[in-house]
Amino acid sequence: MLDRQTIANRLAAVGYVADGALATALALMDMLNRPLLLEGEAGVGKTEVAKALAGVHQTRLIRLQCHEGLDRSDALYEWNYQRQLLAIKAREGLDAEETEEHVFSEKYLMERPLLAAIRQPVAPVLLIDEIDRADEAFEAFLLEILSDFQVTIPELGTIRATTIPRVILTSNGTRELSDALRRRCLYHALDFPDVDREARILLARLPGIDTGLALQVARLMERIRKEELSKIPGVAETLDWAAALVGLGVGRLDADREAVYETLSCVLKTREDRARLTREVADRLIGKVA
Amino acid sequence: MAARLATRDDIGPAVRRRLAGFLRTLRDNGYPVGLAESRDALRILAEAGMDRPAAARPALRALLCGRRSDWDRFDALFDAFWAGARVKTRVAVSGQAAQVSQRTIKSLADARSAGGAPGLPTDLERGRDGPETEAHPSGRREGASRQESLARTDFRKIADPEALAEAHALAERLARRMRVRLTRRDKAARRGPRLDLRRTIRASLATGGTPLALVHRRPRTKPLRLVVLVDASGSMSLYTAVFLRFVHGVLDHFREAEAFLFHTRLVHVSDALKEKDAGRALDRLGLMAEGVGGGTRIGESLAAFNRYHAARVVHSRTCVMILSDGYDTGAPEILGAEMAALGRRCRRIVWLNPLLGWEGYEPSARGMAAALPHVDLFAPAHTIESLMALEPYLARI
Repeated sequence: MLDRQTIANRLAAVGYVADGALATALALMDMLNRPLLLEGEAGVGKTEVAKALAGVHQTRLIRLQCHEGLDRSDALYEWNYQRQLLAIKAREGLDAEETEEHVFSEKYLMERPLLAAIRQPVAPVLLIDEIDRADEAFEAFLLEILSDFQVTIPELGTIRATTIPRVILTSNGTRELSDALRRRCLYHALDFPDVDREARILLARLPGIDTGLALQVARLMERIRKEELSKIPGVAETLDWAAALVGLGVGRLDADREAVYETLSCVLKTREDRARLTREVADRLIGKVA
Repeated sequence: MAARLATRDDIGPAVRRRLAGFLRTLRDNGYPVGLAESRDALRILAEAGMDRPAAARPALRALLCGRRSDWDRFDALFDAFWAGARVKTRVAVSGQAAQVSQRTIKSLADARSAGGAPGLPTDLERGRDGPETEAHPSGRREGASRQESLARTDFRKIADPEALAEAHALAERLARRMRVRLTRRDKAARRGPRLDLRRTIRASLATGGTPLALVHRRPRTKPLRLVVLVDASGSMSLYTAVFLRFVHGVLDHFREAEAFLFHTRLVHVSDALKEKDAGRALDRLGLMAEGVGGGTRIGESLAAFNRYHAARVVHSRTCVMILSDGYDTGAPEILGAEMAALGRRCRRIVWLNPLLGWEGYEPSARGMAAALPHVDLFAPAHTIESLMALEPYLARI
């Protein structure tokens, strides 16, 4: 088991700047063998945590994107009907029982993320993204899988986990999650990074960026997020924008206001927001961070 | 060093008791702490070293919190407990509960005695045909049972406490019945085969009868969700009480519903209303509706809703229900703009205005006039019967 400090260091090595609480939660996952539920607004980098965790343990990331109407055949396994039908046609005239056995074998089984996750030789990181978008029935089903780590396929029998994956669940709070799920998981509330952490993220992800510019961008982002926007920009937007600025050769925000204003569309994703952050407002904000 | 090597056995009974006390404090505050959590907490404390409980804080927080609100309160509770204020914390918790129920009993009594005079403005203009006036203030019809007549009585006319309690019960029963029907409808729509054989076979004609392309049938997805915004200002208090009982009936076990109260600000009350016992739920609401003063700021409250809650609680099959008399002390432009924004997000906005049941009422208040263009259904909600009339409308959404 890795301790908190090692995890923090390895996270940094894969380009994820985490605070101590998150590193603790990731270390606890192994110690207590519990999944981690990450909650936070869109854009705070919840999915990135799973990617980084896969980096820390040098293992595969298997992702299950949740959506409405998601059910076991999308998440667990499905038979390859097309091939089964063809096989049945091809075996016409042969023994019917044998044919049935043949078409319900591993060969025609398509594994979906959950089944794949428990059949890896090395324990992977299983990311169950936006669990709040799936419906309650699926949530209950998930709970069962996550506690047993085995799957029963009527035609094949029970498949036991070769390895127990590390599970990260994310939620935007679209729907209230069940207490049973919350109780099963460790919990971490993820917020937008503060100025210092966002600047460090920029430095870690954009090697070419100047420290002064990274700090300015981080400070400006903090201010922009406080404006009355309908869509608050996330960390990914910050990275896009900073990359654009670096690409345009901007050294300081206050020295090249025109370029800053032109590239704001990296950060503001709706027309209303764009209209709200007028040239005057942008100038005022830039003035404050310079 | 010793701390690092500590195991469960190293934790003395005193420490165990103290941890148990902390977990109990959390439980009292609604944290999801079960046996498994206690066991894991003990393990964490053993690893962190008991001489420095602060070292275990982030780990305990990750383990013991279940949701954002738990997370945000955790540090304060942790400090209060481990800083030695243990006894105080617990006394405060139980003391608070006692206070609440007392206050609510008192406020209920107040509401009853104020029965005849809800400070409502009566400058109703022009006596043109008002909306349906099935509700006659007297509420007494020949041959009608007490319940039937109660269903038609304007809430504000119910003075006798027993009748009021009955009206509450009736509202709740109605809500339960509606909930069952609306939910069942959704389940029926979800049933059915996943594979659409008819269309599969049809598609297979192109491949000489071999069904290579399989056509799937998707189950109907989003069930109807109700979001209820209740005006809790003084002028509405009599209607609010019955309506909250109605909302409680809807919310109880019906998870596709959220409720908010507003007066000068907006309060999210779904959790309080999920309390099984209606009396206790209303008790908790009494506390949450504290701080009423000044006028009703519908526009600002809606703005707060749109900004902080709408993304989470409103989806494309959401019906937003607003219960208010429309007397807004804020700027009507704000109300209009926020209603427009809300209208773009949700499927329907239903505005229930108890005054609408009054003969000759016209929505002339500036706030109401600004809101109306964005309202899909403007209906009265001053009697049980008027609430009942909503069901067919909701079933169609």
